[in-house]
Amino acid sequence: MFRSLLFIPGNNPSMLQNADVFSADAIIFDLEDAISISEKNNARNLVRNYLINSSVLPKQIILRVNAIDSEWFYKDIELLKTNKIDYLLIPKMDKLTSDKLTVLLSEYEAKNNMPETKVIALVETARGVEELPLYAENKRLIGLFIGAEDLANDLEIKRTESSEEIFYARSRIVYQSVINHLIPIDTPYTNINNPEGLLRDSTYAMSLGMKAKASIHPNQLDTINKVFSPSPEEIKWAQEIIKINLSKPGHGVFQYQGKMIDKPIINRAEKIIEKAKIFEIL
Amino acid sequence: MINGVKRFIPDNLKPFVSSDEHLNRIRKTVSKKSKTDETVFLHNIDEVFNALNITSGMTLSFHHHLRNGDKVIQLVAKEIEKRDLKNIHLAPSSIFPSYTNLVDLIKNGNVTDIHTNYLNGPVADTISQGYLQGKLIMNTHGGRSRAIESGDLAIDVAFIACPVVDQFGNGHGAIGKSACGTLGYAISDLEYAKKVVLVTDTLVDTLVAHQIDGRYVDYVLVIDSIGDRGGIVSGTTEVSKDPIGLKIAKDCANLLNYLGLIKDGFSMQTGAGKTSLAVVKFVEDIMIKNGIIGSFASGGITKAYVDMLEKDLFKNLYDVQCFDLEAVTSFAKNKNHLAMSASEYGNPFEDNPICNQLDFVILGATEIDLDFNVNVTTDSLGNLIGGSGGHADIAYGSKVSIIISPLIKSRIPIIKERVMTVTTPGSDIDILITERGIAVNPLRKDLLKKLEDSPFTLYKIEELLSITHNITGVPRHIETDEKIIGYVEYRDGTYLDVLRKVKDEYFR
Repeated sequence: MFRSLLFIPGNNPSMLQNADVFSADAIIFDLEDAISISEKNNARNLVRNYLINSSVLPKQIILRVNAIDSEWFYKDIELLKTNKIDYLLIPKMDKLTSDKLTVLLSEYEAKNNMPETKVIALVETARGVEELPLYAENKRLIGLFIGAEDLANDLEIKRTESSEEIFYARSRIVYQSVINHLIPIDTPYTNINNPEGLLRDSTYAMSLGMKAKASIHPNQLDTINKVFSPSPEEIKWAQEIIKINLSKPGHGVFQYQGKMIDKPIINRAEKIIEKAKIFEIL
Repeated sequence: MINGVKRFIPDNLKPFVSSDEHLNRIRKTVSKKSKTDETVFLHNIDEVFNALNITSGMTLSFHHHLRNGDKVIQLVAKEIEKRDLKNIHLAPSSIFPSYTNLVDLIKNGNVTDIHTNYLNGPVADTISQGYLQGKLIMNTHGGRSRAIESGDLAIDVAFIACPVVDQFGNGHGAIGKSACGTLGYAISDLEYAKKVVLVTDTLVDTLVAHQIDGRYVDYVLVIDSIGDRGGIVSGTTEVSKDPIGLKIAKDCANLLNYLGLIKDGFSMQTGAGKTSLAVVKFVEDIMIKNGIIGSFASGGITKAYVDMLEKDLFKNLYDVQCFDLEAVTSFAKNKNHLAMSASEYGNPFEDNPICNQLDFVILGATEIDLDFNVNVTTDSLGNLIGGSGGHADIAYGSKVSIIISPLIKSRIPIIKERVMTVTTPGSDIDILITERGIAVNPLRKDLLKKLEDSPFTLYKIEELLSITHNITGVPRHIETDEKIIGYVEYRDGTYLDVLRKVKDEYFR
């Protein structure tokens, strides 16, 4: 479970050194878009050495690998052997990529006697959005991550401050995530000098059903964490609901502040408390 | 012999015992100067040297309020060079990178001894390399005032850059084309130097109010420009955007709030670095959110504090020097922006110096060791890069002193088993805040108890050192040259540490 994910370019040693310090729930070490072709090998080596040698690692580690049909993919997934990577972030996911990935990883895991690798799909093409129902059931998946910049390029449209142009893709990712018990992860807000814009964009994404948001700068994390955490009011409400429910075993339905509380609402209260505990705000 | 911070001090010097030791002593002062002659106005530095008969071996003092923009010390240095005076003892309150023409004077033996509170740049490099034939004494701002008033630092001539002077020899820092704000560091020099020369570029008939009392002034030297006030700006005026610095600053503000230190009537002081400014910003946010009005902020004053004064978040600012031009403007127009002398700020023998009234201070460190001793004088190789300034004064005086620093700077750990140079005794440092956790000095059992159930990640400082070494590896031991180039003097006049020449292989 995460609220915030932070991209760190694989070739940035000072950022790597401090990766555990930032308040992100997960760090995405990037070997793909943030790394120029001439730097691919250096970045991979740096991340590998960091994962092997660092005594202080982030809570959850995601590796954004290069596209599965690129010349670097196989070298990138060699980093799985460090046993420090929790998830792979797979670019340009669609049905065909999903199928190929399943085969490639299964072969790799069998050959190296490794457990099943969990994956987050980076949905950043029109095909990827439209084919979501065809691959979102892939058992390796734990999350769907909308990559709005590449998606806008694919659609040949401009990214705007309001993000109206990605409403459809965001919603589709949220719905497919809910159906398949995945985490819907929102695209980064790229203007690092506009904290108000970040707050607005995060709040809006959360209102659509996104459960987490990626960031490209550590200074964005506090805002994201705040938006995607249960609020103190929500936590208090959930605690009350759970308390009343426990005091009335077998009732199933009861009233709280004039509203009918039934099983789905009790489940929601339990989820809020679970999140609060995981994110250490309770 | 070994002193109170476990440092070797030559037997002929008085060793540091403890930071409270001055409480057992009586304030010693020489007589303030008294003058009967009229103040004389001159227009040429040559005339001043002739009139005062400035000769080899004399002690000349300066203040540093114009900081990197100062031209007065350079003017005097040129005259020393022209006359080829030897064995001059310079006592500027600080030395900045722009004071480049002192380098040759040091190398040629014109200047052989220096007494200062801070130095950085080419002069610092030159002394680090062992060129100063006599000795360097590094003091604190409050300690320099104590040294002057006690006669330990006897000044033959004080050259005081003064942005405006009236016909009676009264002066002020807030008016004139070179206005630099308060002149807090010059007051002891004014009152106790044998002769005083105000150096100005702006004359007026009469000043309504003055900081420099003409009764102490022997000569006024009028020149075209005493400096470039643009050079005043110290460090930065921008809040840190560095995520590590911001994390440390936020943790610091939250810790202060948790300890109940941000409350009505509180007082504080910070440095002028980006992270310090971020702390100020976060403290300001907490004050606004909770409707808190502080008593005062002090120190070198920056725009950040001026803004808080104008928002009525503090009742007063006590300003010993202005760190930027916004502070200069504020000092000139805001009656609640008050000047303080270096003695009123940090002299241990003042009845109740401002430093003793501070609730908390936020300070930096080049190194900190397992005894919480702090070094802000040299780098880890021994090169001179700074000095106490007010560091040791306010660390001692404040109720809670906090060091904020990343654990690693340019791949070098800041925690050492033993710092290269002790600037501030560890007994006066209470808390270290880093990006990976907080260490509280075990001497502060009260703070440790308050933080027992806090949400902050607390470590012993030894544990933070271990975490750092796991990241960086253990740095190799640095050896110093045998040659002693100077001393770190504590504010009470005892000796904290010796400064040794940097080994040739470590020269930058």
